[in-house]
Amino acid sequence: MNKEDQGSSREVVLPGDLLDSGGRMKAGAGTYTQDGKVYAAQVGIKSVKSNFVNVIPLGGRYIPAPGDSIIGKVVDIGPSNWLVDINSPYPAPLHVNEVPWRVDFGDTARFMNVGDTLLAKILMVDETKRVQVTMKEQGLRKLQGGQIMEISYSKVPRVIGKGGSMIQMIKNMTNTRIFVGQNGRIWLDGDIENIVFAIRAIKMIEENAQTARLTERVKEYLESVCKPAPAEGTESR
Amino acid sequence: MGGNSNVKLISDDGIRVDGRRVDELRPLRIEAGVLKRADGSAYVEFGKNKVLAAVYGPRECHPRHMQNPAKAIVQCKYNMIAFSVSDRKRPGPDRRSVEISKIISEALDYVVFTENFPRTSIDVYIEVLQANAGTRCAGLTAASVALADAGIPMKDLVPSVAVGKVNDQVVLDLQKEEDNFGQADLPIAMIPRTGEILLLQMDGHMTRAEFDRAIELGVGACKRIYEVQKDALARRYSMEKSAEDAAEDAPAEPQEG
Repeated sequence: MNKEDQGSSREVVLPGDLLDSGGRMKAGAGTYTQDGKVYAAQVGIKSVKSNFVNVIPLGGRYIPAPGDSIIGKVVDIGPSNWLVDINSPYPAPLHVNEVPWRVDFGDTARFMNVGDTLLAKILMVDETKRVQVTMKEQGLRKLQGGQIMEISYSKVPRVIGKGGSMIQMIKNMTNTRIFVGQNGRIWLDGDIENIVFAIRAIKMIEENAQTARLTERVKEYLESVCKPAPAEGTESR
Repeated sequence: MGGNSNVKLISDDGIRVDGRRVDELRPLRIEAGVLKRADGSAYVEFGKNKVLAAVYGPRECHPRHMQNPAKAIVQCKYNMIAFSVSDRKRPGPDRRSVEISKIISEALDYVVFTENFPRTSIDVYIEVLQANAGTRCAGLTAASVALADAGIPMKDLVPSVAVGKVNDQVVLDLQKEEDNFGQADLPIAMIPRTGEILLLQMDGHMTRAEFDRAIELGVGACKRIYEVQKDALARRYSMEKSAEDAAEDAPAEPQEG
């Protein structure tokens, strides 16, 4: 875990905590300025990056940003669009032009119906936070089969790990297909037993998100449960 | 204000009925993140007051006509539970709770960065489980901790306390008997760092000198309450504090297995 120890000074900050008084650093995400001083605006971890002080949030709701890959749920359909719930305060319409199929007017329900889940990308967000999503990109599709779980969106980077190390390990060891949306929804597909193990591992990451040696502990857990799994599989066959 | 001020509430050596001095707070305990289902929550025990606050949101604002395209609205609901007072309180909103809900939402609206979440509403629910005077202050103290716990961006926490006048003396943090038989009650909420006052009401009468003394007492007490609020949040997130490995913003690229 050496590569993860390199983090600079990490401290938990609360709203109103002073982050920089001299005007040496610029106010980044999760901060605000008053009289030239930078203060934290939310509960999170202070991080300094290229002259910017940021607060990495420890909670809160997912706020869509263009380019985010997300997992959405269809909550309503119109004649030329679907309304997609993206686990944020804002519902996102998906227009028929942003879909990889040719859909006739009023024919939307033939392709996706209320309750379906889909992989999508945030196309744009305007200043009043009106969101549009798209499926016109490689890999974006309607999700069939599998299961959906939800975690806090602020824990998503931990579930993915440095360069995808964590999620790759879970996928390999449980032999499941997993997709992590940046809105905190996770889609898992595979053997039901393996899915249960993967879900437990992800829950473990979410609960212990900021603790040390997390990758190793998740690995230990998965080794303890997954080793006998293939043996059982061959026996039953 | 019962007006019956010939009840002796402060002894000659300046000790109040519950044994406190005039500038002493009741014991205060704050716990953050006590509810699993809410986005953020806090529990406050302010003397014999017991108050629970929960925050939901920012979430889609319903009814639609209440949405503000420029900012979020902060909606607060203050409620006293039927068993919170000695005579059963008839449940449901009444004149008093509507007023308190309004002033608390307005105080919180000022500290929250509402412009970050246009068209949404941030819902704050305050339930008074046990009341012993000063519940609006305890409620606001709890609500601001719950907001921070919900990860909502805000300028600062909001500590709040009531000051009053009893037996012609200015006293801090009134309890029930002092509130009922005292001469004035003055709840204060403020941002300790800037000294901005977010809530100020007065019931009863005070001279200008007494008022100034009351504000001075209240401001000092708010700073003490503020430390307790920060401590509650720090304890809640202390596990995170042990973090040495980075909550690094790993490029959250979708990975397909």
